[in-house]
Amino acid sequence: MALLEVVGIGKHFRGLRALHDVSFSIPQGAIHAMIGPNGAGKTTCFNVVAGVYKPDGGSIRFDGKPIAGLRPDQICRAGIGRTFQVVKPFPGLSVLDNVVVGALNASASVAQARKEAMRVLELLHLADKAKHPAASLTLPERKRVEVARAMATGPKLLLLDEVMAGLRPTEVDEMVAVFRRVNQETGLTILLIEHVMRAVMALAQHIVVLHYGEKIAEGAPQEVVKDPKVLECYLGEEAL
Amino acid sequence: MNMLFDGLPRRALVALGLFLAVLLVAPWLVNAYILSLLVVVLYFAYAGQAWNVMMGFAGQLSLGHSLYVGLGAYAAAMMFTKFGVNPWVGLLVAVATTTAMGAIIGFLAFRFGIGGVYFAILTIAFSEFVRVGFDHWPWLGGSGGLFLPVANLSSNDLLNLRGAPIMFYYVMLAMCVAALGFCRWLLGSRLGYYWQAIRENEDAAAALGIPVFRYKMIAVMLSSAMTAFAGVFYAFYYNNLFPEQIFSMGRSIEIILGPIIGGLGTLIGPIVGAFVLTPLADGLSELLQWAGIDVPGVKQVFYGICLLLVVVFLPNGIWPMLARRLGLEREH
Ligand SMILES: Nc1ncnc2c1ncn2[C@@H]1O[C@H](COP(=O)(O)OP(=O)(O)OP(=O)(O)O)[C@@H](O)[C@H]1O
Ligand SMILES: [Mg+2]
Repeated sequence: MALLEVVGIGKHFRGLRALHDVSFSIPQGAIHAMIGPNGAGKTTCFNVVAGVYKPDGGSIRFDGKPIAGLRPDQICRAGIGRTFQVVKPFPGLSVLDNVVVGALNASASVAQARKEAMRVLELLHLADKAKHPAASLTLPERKRVEVARAMATGPKLLLLDEVMAGLRPTEVDEMVAVFRRVNQETGLTILLIEHVMRAVMALAQHIVVLHYGEKIAEGAPQEVVKDPKVLECYLGEEAL
Repeated sequence: MNMLFDGLPRRALVALGLFLAVLLVAPWLVNAYILSLLVVVLYFAYAGQAWNVMMGFAGQLSLGHSLYVGLGAYAAAMMFTKFGVNPWVGLLVAVATTTAMGAIIGFLAFRFGIGGVYFAILTIAFSEFVRVGFDHWPWLGGSGGLFLPVANLSSNDLLNLRGAPIMFYYVMLAMCVAALGFCRWLLGSRLGYYWQAIRENEDAAAALGIPVFRYKMIAVMLSSAMTAFAGVFYAFYYNNLFPEQIFSMGRSIEIILGPIIGGLGTLIGPIVGAFVLTPLADGLSELLQWAGIDVPGVKQVFYGICLLLVVVFLPNGIWPMLARRLGLEREH
């Protein structure tokens, strides 16, 4: 059975159709990617799944239970961690404390949360920044803090919104390695929105393509990138 | 207990101990004027600490904290004068009243997504409503004031909070110490982390599993509950309550200046702020009085200048800078 099962969801913003009849599912332990041109509705899709917006219609099942309409904090506690495309760090707190807040979601005590936070920071090569204020970090570092915080909540499913943007190719490969390792070691299921195709091709077993709020293609990465519809609206610019 | 002092460098512990020792012996070394000044300083340190829980920790700006002082004061004074109930039992009534008030304001605001400036305005509005209400409530004296019987000042009756200034001084000092310890504990607990997360970014806090509404409610209720004590103290120290004064917006502002100038969201900031502001403002008006200059509103102008100086030169307040300079910062 799929861990996440999204069926026919839609979302309008005052007449703008940001999502229309989108369905997809992610099996337990998989890494899937969602791609599409700017404004395609990818982030909106995350926000609907994560409870920021109520879908206009359709259903979302996670771990067998319907979650559409729950609040973001309830969805996090249900086991979905998410990052924000426009990062939202706690600027006045240290990097460690940022992650401790996340880790408290799955920890019985502050002491335990601190331990867990330190472990996640090491995993993401942020341990040496633990005591720095989050406000002092570079953007790629802040993105990693986003990831660390979300991971520390102990999710079953991790939603990553363009966490590779702005990274150098070697840094992308580093992040890819981290996600692959976590996925293999803990079975964490991952859905990533990404424009960096290098990361998508390296990680994803399955790709969903959105365009003007609709799913125009999905399938194995090798097939999706050859799909004429996808080439036309998105990847074409680079391919041609 | 251990946790309260965790991570504090030795010299910070020594400084804290010395400071407390000085405060403990101070009443025996100073004259009546200084003692009364110190009582006011401690009062503002305490009230500032209580306000800081809401704004400094959880980021919810209350500009109407005199509401909780006033309600707490009236609740305990009512129990005492009308029913002969001692102030410590009256404190329970006061806490229940202010907490309920905080809950109502918090619920209305947070349930309907009123935040930031609008929330602050709501706190002022409630404070004004209640002031007008008390102004027109004859049973509690209305605008003419409610008075507590003044007892013989030579004997101290701690149970009924009747006695000399020195007794009030030690009561307030004990409350300040208790509030400091309590806030230290809060800040290091799950509650403190959640509040700070909400203060820094509500959306991110919610995404990390924090039920934002509930924790904002807790912040408002806890802060108003703590403030109740300041009110009870006020009632029994001054022995007269006028809605016009106790619920005034000016009083709310006086409460919040200390923590802002001392260091918002820090534990020592409200204390430093009170110790800096209150004596300076008082000294200034004494000085002007002595010089025979009568300028109305000079205190307000002085507060304005202090605020301006701090905002421009020390945007984080005095304490963070002082702590760094003196090497008193907590290790993480
Ligand atoms: N809160 C909102 N209110 C109104 N319109 C919105 C809102 N959020 C998104 N939109 C609109 O919905 C459409 C989809 O936006 P979305 O952010 O989901 O795109 P995206 O696929 O994530 O794009 P990008 O790759 O640039 O991040 C856009 O036209 C956007 O302007
Ligand atoms: Mg997006």
